[in-house]
Order: sequence, then C-alpha cells, then structure tokens
Amino acid sequence: MKPKAIILTGYGINCEEETAWCFEKTGGEAEIVHINDLIENPNRLSDYQILAIPGGFSYGDDTGSGNAYANKIKNNLTEQIINFAKQDKLIIGICNGFQILANTGLVPAIDDKYGERQVALMRNKTARYECRWTWLKNTSKKCVWTRDIDLLHLPVAHGEGNFYAESEILNKIKENDQVAFKYVNEDSSPANQKFPINPNGALEDIAAITDPSGRILGMMPHPERFLAFTNEEGWELKKERLIREGSALPKDGEGLKIFKNAVQYFL
Amino acid sequence: MAHRIEVYTKVNDTRSEIMKKKLTSLGFSINESKVADVYTINKDFNQDELDRIAKTLSNPVSQTYLIDQPNKEIEFDFALEIGFLPGVTDNEAHTAKETIEDLLKTKFEDEQSVHTTKLTFIKGTNLTEKQIQQAGESLANKLIQRIHVKSHDQFEKDNGMDLNIPKVNLKPHPKADKIDLNIPEEELLKLGKKGIPNKDGTRRGPLALDKEYLHTIKAYFEKEGRQPTDIELESLAQTWSEHCKHTIFAAKIDDNEEGLYKGYIKKATKEIRNKKGDKDFCVSVFKDNSGGIIFDENWVITDKAETHNSPSALDPLGGAVTGIVGVNRDTIGFGLGAKPIINKYGFCVGYPDDEEPLYRNKEHTERALSPKRIFEGVIDGVNTGGNQSGIPTPQGFVYFDDGYKGKPLIFVGTVGLIPREVNGKPSWEKQAKPGDKVVVIGGRVGQDGIHGATFSSEALSAGSPATAVQIGDPITQKKLSDAIVKEARDLDLYNSITDCGAGGISCSVAEMAKECGGCIVELDKVPLKYPNLEPWKIWISESQERMTFAIPPEKLDTFMKLMEKRGVEAKVIGEFNDTDRCVINFNGETIMDLEMDFLHDGLPRKEITTTYTQKQHEEPFAEKPENLTKTLLDMISRPNLCSYQFISYQYDHIVQGGAVIGPLQGKGKINGPSSVTKPFPDTEKAIVCSQGITAKYSHIDTYHMAACAIDTAVRNIIATGGDLQHTALMDNFCWCSSNEPERLGQLKSAAQACYDYATKYETPYISGKDSMFNDFKGFDSQGNPIKISVPPTLLISSTSVISDATKSISIDPKFPNDLVYIIGETAIELGASEYFEYLEKGKYGNSVPKVDAEKALKMYRKFQEATEKRLIASALSPSAGGIGITLAKKAMAGQLGMEIDLTKIPKSQDINREDYLLFSESQTRFIVTINPDKKEEFETLFAQIPHAQIGKITENDKFTLKGFNGSNIVDTDIKTLTENYKRTFNSY
Repeated sequence: MKPKAIILTGYGINCEEETAWCFEKTGGEAEIVHINDLIENPNRLSDYQILAIPGGFSYGDDTGSGNAYANKIKNNLTEQIINFAKQDKLIIGICNGFQILANTGLVPAIDDKYGERQVALMRNKTARYECRWTWLKNTSKKCVWTRDIDLLHLPVAHGEGNFYAESEILNKIKENDQVAFKYVNEDSSPANQKFPINPNGALEDIAAITDPSGRILGMMPHPERFLAFTNEEGWELKKERLIREGSALPKDGEGLKIFKNAVQYFL
Repeated sequence: MAHRIEVYTKVNDTRSEIMKKKLTSLGFSINESKVADVYTINKDFNQDELDRIAKTLSNPVSQTYLIDQPNKEIEFDFALEIGFLPGVTDNEAHTAKETIEDLLKTKFEDEQSVHTTKLTFIKGTNLTEKQIQQAGESLANKLIQRIHVKSHDQFEKDNGMDLNIPKVNLKPHPKADKIDLNIPEEELLKLGKKGIPNKDGTRRGPLALDKEYLHTIKAYFEKEGRQPTDIELESLAQTWSEHCKHTIFAAKIDDNEEGLYKGYIKKATKEIRNKKGDKDFCVSVFKDNSGGIIFDENWVITDKAETHNSPSALDPLGGAVTGIVGVNRDTIGFGLGAKPIINKYGFCVGYPDDEEPLYRNKEHTERALSPKRIFEGVIDGVNTGGNQSGIPTPQGFVYFDDGYKGKPLIFVGTVGLIPREVNGKPSWEKQAKPGDKVVVIGGRVGQDGIHGATFSSEALSAGSPATAVQIGDPITQKKLSDAIVKEARDLDLYNSITDCGAGGISCSVAEMAKECGGCIVELDKVPLKYPNLEPWKIWISESQERMTFAIPPEKLDTFMKLMEKRGVEAKVIGEFNDTDRCVINFNGETIMDLEMDFLHDGLPRKEITTTYTQKQHEEPFAEKPENLTKTLLDMISRPNLCSYQFISYQYDHIVQGGAVIGPLQGKGKINGPSSVTKPFPDTEKAIVCSQGITAKYSHIDTYHMAACAIDTAVRNIIATGGDLQHTALMDNFCWCSSNEPERLGQLKSAAQACYDYATKYETPYISGKDSMFNDFKGFDSQGNPIKISVPPTLLISSTSVISDATKSISIDPKFPNDLVYIIGETAIELGASEYFEYLEKGKYGNSVPKVDAEKALKMYRKFQEATEKRLIASALSPSAGGIGITLAKKAMAGQLGMEIDLTKIPKSQDINREDYLLFSESQTRFIVTINPDKKEEFETLFAQIPHAQIGKITENDKFTLKGFNGSNIVDTDIKTLTENYKRTFNSY
C-alpha cells in the first residue's frame, strides 16, 4: 500500500502543490489539507504516515517567520501533532515549514522535550531575502529523509534562515547526530560561514536538523524545487555536455531523493 | 486599558546593525542603535494573559520582552518610534490580533485593536532632537507613517514612550449630499478639476471631468429632473476616467474614425487571428482582466501587464506592493479564475545617483522622493508582494533615464494558468445573471486609495491626494486567491468574478452588472475598516485585496461557508438584475440611480487632432576614445547595462517548481533578457517570457522606438528558443502630456508601428494598457517651476509557448573552442543610444535604429530551425550597448575567454569607427556560440542570411577584440569585466 502523506496548507503556505507532486512521483499518496480543515477534524491526522509542512510565507512572517502558524498548531492541534511525532511516522518541514516545526518545538526536541522551542531561525545575515542555489552535505547517519545522500544541490529562498541555538542545545544536537545538512562548497569543504556558500549566516553552517529519532526533518533548502532536470542551476551546461556525448537527457531532479527516502521507509 | 509589549532581539540582531548603518549613511554620528518591535494592545488583559501573549509574540530562544514598562537597561540619547497613521493597514498587527484571539479564545470588539510600531534607541555623538526627527523622516514615509521622538530625559520623565492608539475618528455622515450643477461655468469647471467642495471650503479631490463631460452630466440630470448626488458624480468620474475608459485610445484621431485602439492595436490582432485561421491560439483578448492564449490541449495561459506609476511616486513601497498584487488579481479575475504562475516587473526611474532635489510646491516644504529612494522602495515592494504571494518572479528589467526622475514608471505583470474547461464550460466565459447576489470578498474598505483612478489621469503635482496611497496585504490576497482558484472555481460556486481595482466596487460591480443589465447595492453592508465612512468613499475606495462575485442564491451558503473556513471575509452587498439601472441604497435611502447605458456609455467620444514634427538633433562631436578597453569597462558599469543581480537574488524566482531559465544565467550569473518556466513537472512544454523597452529612441522618433521595442521583445524570445508561431504580445503605453497635439502625434506614430510590426510577425496583442499623463510638475531648488515628462514609453511584453523546455537556449557559452557567430547586419545606428549618452549626454544624434521586418522574419524562422536541431549552444541578442556589451555579457556568463575579430562583422554600410561598430544598437542580430562539429550544418542552414564567424571561445580568461588594423583594441580579462559589470549596484 502506498504511504499516505498529508500536506498542510493555508494562511500563506505556498509550496504545497509541488511538495505533493514529489511524494506522488516517488510512490506515495499525497493529500493537501487546509489547516482549518484539520483543526475541524483533528483525528484525521491518524490516517497518514507522513506529515509535510511545505514552504511559504505563512502570515507574511508577521511576529517572526513560522511563529503565527506554529501558534495556530499549538493552540489547536498540540496533542495530535505530538502524538503523531512520537509514533513511527515521518514529518518534514521545508523552509517556512522548518520555521514552523522549530516554533512548534518538533525539532530538535532535545531531551525528548517535544513541544518546546529550542532553536531559532533568525533574519538572514544579509538582512535580505535570498533566493540562490546551495550545496549541502549530509552529516547525519540517523536521519531517515537523507539516507544515501552525500552531497545535494538545492536552492534556498528565504528571509529568515539564520539557524541559532544556545551552546548547550547546539552541543546536544551535534552529540545526538541531529545535524542533517550543512552548507558546503561544491567540493564538500566547509562553508565556514562564508556568504553566499552559507546563504544566511547559520551557526556552524547548519541547513537542516532532525529530532532525536531521525524521523522528523526541518530543512531550509527546497528539495521540491529540484524536481526536474531543467530546474537545476547550470542544467544548460550539463545538457550541452550530454548532447555532445550522445547521451540522453535525464528527466527527474535530485531533490526527489528526499521524498523517495520517506516513501521507501514504509515499503 | 491599553497595554504595550516591546520585543527585543538578544542575539544576531541584524536589524539593529542595519539601522545603525542606515543612520550612519544619513550622516549622523551613531555609536549604537537598538530596534524593538512594539505591540500596542488596545484591550484589557490581566498580567497572566499578557505574559502568555508576550511569549506567543516573541521567541524565547532569541528574544526578550517587556510588558507595560520602559526599557531601563539600554543606554541611549534618543528614542525614535515610527508607527502607522490612523487607518493605514497594519498587517503585523492584524496577525498579532488573530494570534491573541486564538490563544485566549477571545474576540476583539469593534473599539478594541492592536497596533505595531518600531522603536529605535539611538546613542551617538552630539545628536540633537531635530536631527533625530530628520532621521525619522528619512526612514519613514510621512504620507502613511507617524514619527515620535523623545530625548533620554523626556523618556525618563514620562516613564517611557506614550501609549498611542491611532484610531480613525470620522464624524457620522449618514447621507449622500446633493450637488448643484446649475452654477457659473467657472465653478463647474473647478468642480470637474478639483472636486466637490466640502463645507469648510476644501475640495474632495480631482474628478478629472472636463467641460464636455460636465455638460453631458448636467444635461442627463436635467432630463432626470433632479440634481445629482455626490456619489453619482464620483461614480461617473471613476467610470469615465481616462484610467478606466481609455478615452484617448478610444477617441477619433485625426481622420481615423476607429481611433488608436480599434484602428491599430485591436485591428492587428483581428487580422492576425483571421490569417492564422485554425492555427489561431488566442482564446480571450482585450475583453477580460487578462488576455488568454492556448497552452496545450488542456490548459490556457493568461498574461497581463499594468503600471502603478502615480502611487509609486508618492509611496514607492506601497505603490509597488499594491501594483504587483493588483496585477495578480487580474489573473485571478480572468475567466472563472486563473492561478498566477509568473510575475514580471520593470522599473523605469531616474538615475539613482541624481541627488538634485525636486519639490512639489514653491515653498519647498514638499520634497519629491529622490530617484534612489523610489528605486529602493519599488524593489522592496515587488519583493514583499511577489515573495509573500508564492509566485515566482524570474522576469524583469530596470531602465534609467532623466525623464523618469519626477514620475517613475513601475511596470508589473503576471502570467496565469487555467484549465480550458471548468465544470464542462469554457473557462474564459462568465456571465452574471439576474438574481445573482453581489458578493465582495477579501480586505475591508477604508479611505485608502480614494481617487486613484481619477488621480492617475492627471499629472503629479502638489495637489495630488495622499489618500491615493494604498498599503498592500499580500497574505489576505493569498488566502483569497487559494480559496478561489484552488477550490471555489472548481466547485462551480459562482457565475462571474472580477477584480476590484481602480475605482473599487464602483467599477467592479457596475462592470459586472453589464453582463446581466443592472444591479442594486446596499452600501451599508460593505465591511469597513472603521465606522462612519461617507457613502461615496465606500463606493469608490480602492482598498486592496478585494474581488467581486456574482453568486446564484442556491450556491451562496456553500460559498460563504467555504470563505469562512479559509479565513476570507465575504459579504453579500446586493443583487444583480435586468432593470437597466445601477441603484445604490444607503441607510434605507436611494442615493444613486443611474441608467446603465449612461453610466457606461454616456460619455461623449473625444476627437483628437495631432501634429508631428520630425526634429533634427545635434550629433555628438566626441572623437573615438583612445582606449576602447576603458570605454567598454565604463559602458558595462552604466546603470542601464550593468548587473542588477541584487534584485534577482531577493526575488523568489523558483517557487512553484517550474524554473528553467531564470534571471541570472551561466556561471557568471549575468542578467538575461528572457526567462523560461515549465508549469507542469510531467510535461516538457514551457513558457518563454521577455520584454522590450527602447524608450530613449523616442527622443528621436516614436515610430522606430515602437518598432525596436517589438523587435527586441520578439527576438529575445527567438534567442531563448521560443516559437514565433506561438508568441503573443502585450502593449503598455506610458505617455506624457497627452493633451498636446505633438505628443498625441508621437503616440499615433507609435501605434502605427505596433500595427505594422505585429501584423508582419503575426504576433497578436492579447492585452494592453495605457497611462497617458506621466509628467511631474513642481519646482527646482531655486523655486523655478519645472516640468519633467517621461520619454514616450512603450513596453512590449512577449510570451511564447515551446514544446520542449530542454530546447531552450541560455546566454552563456558552454565550452572552450566553441565558435562565436554573429547573425544579422550592423549599421551606424547610434541615435539616442547608450553610447551616445555616454559620449555626450543630451546629444541624441539622429540615426535611430530601424527594423526591416521582412529580413527579420526570414532570420527568425531560420533561427527556429537551428533551435529545433539543437545547433545553438548559447545565444544573446545585441540591444542597448550593442555588440560590445553583448560579447562581454556572454563571456562573463560562461566565465570563459573570448577572441573576436571585429573586421568579420557583416555591415550594411561602411563603418569606419570601431567604437560605432562596437556600440551601434542595430536591431535583429544574434550572437551565438556553437559546437565546432556543427560548423558546416550551421553555415548551410544560415546560407541565405547575413552571418559570420567572428571568433571563438578560449580556455584562458582573456577577452580580446581585434580592430580594423589587426591589433587588439580591447584587451582585458573576464575577472575585470565581471568586476566592472557588478560594481555599480554593489552597495545595494
């Protein structure tokens, strides 16, 4: 049976359609659900194996990115969401979704304190919205979503992605193998905070973290925006090389790997 | 009692650092600044509740907060607080209010509210209160914001800042006023020009009704046997405005009975569609909010471009936000509702380093915003509007000219996507039916945007109304958009839909009422931002993020419930009927009752007589520069030719997952002229967009200006791999002084070119817009009156559908040893060129570029064959800055060296100056690179077209151009080129 993914939307979330497409493309079944419909009937959450909170601009980043949407979850769905998180199910938050997960306290959930805010995604160091491609190094063995990925090329598009945690929390995140992706140079060498390799100033170049179980992933970059070969920055050069070699052009984008890992987890 | 919560960022406080930088750049000696977010909550809560609220509105990891107490830890000299004026949309406060209501399961009553402000503590050296006041005025916009400064002593004495509730207090005004039109002629004209007089002698703002219109209205009401009400007059002024009725384009012009619109633009489209026959791809042109063309067997794409010039001159940020989200609504309002998938922009502004002040009044108390301030503001605006709406912005340009200094032109456009059939019916058809309910959804109505339509039909001067400014709320619109195009449309819940744009509901409701033949509106049902708004204001207000629907009674309940569940406010305000009258009731009284025919078609048709004078311009005297390497580096750093990547990076150009070719191309990240988007992940079919603007040529000749704009928009499409047989255009005319026969003659000439070239290329216009009075009237620093008119500007937007995204072509050369070719001929065409402006500003010369459509067409067809065969590895068409700039951009894009021999370039006339050859702006040329293995195939294909191999791509990073005598006249490297290309806006 195909694993079922619920894709939350509403109030300015805007990447729900392509996120849903990625789950379907990789063998899952996806349903886009407005948060108000879930609040009306919270128990329907148990119908799904995967919960995705896509990117977007919920509430226009008012009162801090992801904060107002997270408050909506906390005020109305805390029990169901925490319950979901503690089962053998998967959750992903991408960009605004990561900001929402962080504010809801689903990542990093150090000391199993699910529901407590422990990290912040602050204003980019450039103080500006940044839409650009980044290289990501997988640094976690436990993360379900990033299995068999070493280096991944994905775009970021956000104004508040500057990852921050106090040193005690940060140390535990590292000790627990909860750093999923770091921004790196194309040759995998560390970004060391250098802009634009690290596009937002994130502490220790952290781009994505998981919860202690490795089943919940929060990531700033957008895997669902690299769903086709022609999405990737620099595809035109790759195309020309392949044509001159007489090779066929690929169709899929490498961002799909993330979704495939999630779907495969249940197969 | 009201409460005040201040939120402080304790780590990574980027905003405070930026504030310090900003204040320092304004010339103040600042040691430290600290910014806090302030929420003023005008509702009583106990301490425990306030604690919970503060925790909810802040982040414990990175922030701290204070409740109802002043900050006693910060060292400062002055505190500067900036907030909104009463009635101005405060989006963050709106979110905070919703969050508090949800948190405490409470409800804010009408008199209760939340307001946000930004509080900045400033510590510096020898700062005065006056200086901080000035700083506040530079940071804020007085039209929408208020500033409050306190010295440290005052702050201590008052125990902090003040609790300020910016409420709108209007006196009740339950009725419409009768207006006497039997007044002396002079008074009548004044009424038309300056507006209806208030009791205190002030006027309500321009009606923009001229003598003929006023007398037509007077005669109508004499026939009706009564005096008009204020709302009737205002309504007619809106509906008949140049902005809404395009009276100049509709007028008889000289002996052309049909006028500019029907006789040139629409005529071209009609002829092209007939000629194309069953290959016609248009489905809906000129009749809806956007134009629509076929994408594939299941989908239609829509396109629309708009301007928001006058609002952006006064409040660049707000003007641009409402511009972009406004044109998004033209997409949502197409047919039964299309989904916006591509945003486009174009900013025509004065040179940002021009600091010579302009004033709106002689007394110098009202200074016009500087070009830089306008530039930065509109960039921010499209950032806010586009990014928050989740619509990619891969396409756009910036264009600088002294003529845009007083009044900028701010273009915004949106491509949309809609199924060809919705619920078994063609998606582009809609009709309100008698008995349908009039429903408005989205934002509430306030005084914002009163007289926007009539105001933009007048030149910008000191009398321009501040209420013409609107604040955008992209998230309110996003909720509305999702609820309509992702849900209500496919549930078949309405018969018709349209955008509330210029003129507000006065235009949208009355416009939709045409579909069935009448309407009755209960104006007191319209949801208001604050009480006691006068009825005429409710009717014409341009408050944003609203749409109007015709909903059959049996579907009303389902529709209203859906909107409620999506957090979208919806209200029934009346009913459509077939009475042939537009009737408005307010507080139980009929305050407007006009014949539909008179309201829409009662305006007398204008007749225009034009003149046209061919002017002789002085040619620049300057000799060929000694060092052309330096010239090229100077040229490539000119604002019109250099990188504007700082805009591209801050606009989300990849959301929705369809990005193919974006705004920055190649390893060098060079701004390209076109973009490619693939709307569906499963198919390779894609949309190519480009834009053509050549307004500087209008200094010499508007016919050739228009021809070049069209050719540029079209050949950019071709260069990117587009399909001429499936390309549509849009025309956006932004003219100046359109009451002067000479300007109108120039307009007619441009319209003639629009007809000539579109019919030749068989590229139909599917939508267009005009804005006729882009003039600034004010005073210079000596107090002398000054008028600055924009150069007559035509933006041509082009959109093409291609079957295979992988066949699109980027501008960057791909590999060393690839061959560089130029296709097309070069002539001495430097009139009003970028190079002449560089050589001797103000000397335009006369040799404006001309387009030979027959030759172009042959070339474009061959190019398409080459595209189909994947012969072309990279392509960029020379435009402003000519061959020199194009070669440099290509080399930088590939970050590969280039060796070029200029003597090989095919010329249509003798050119004995290398600088002319390098920078001539002859149209209809391409510079391409190809795989050396394809040389023969390429040359055979282009055998009948002028072309030449002019060089090759190299492994090293040298960029060399060989001159007439065989030695290098330009000798530089990719790094130096790139540094110069990117330095101009480096600090932005």
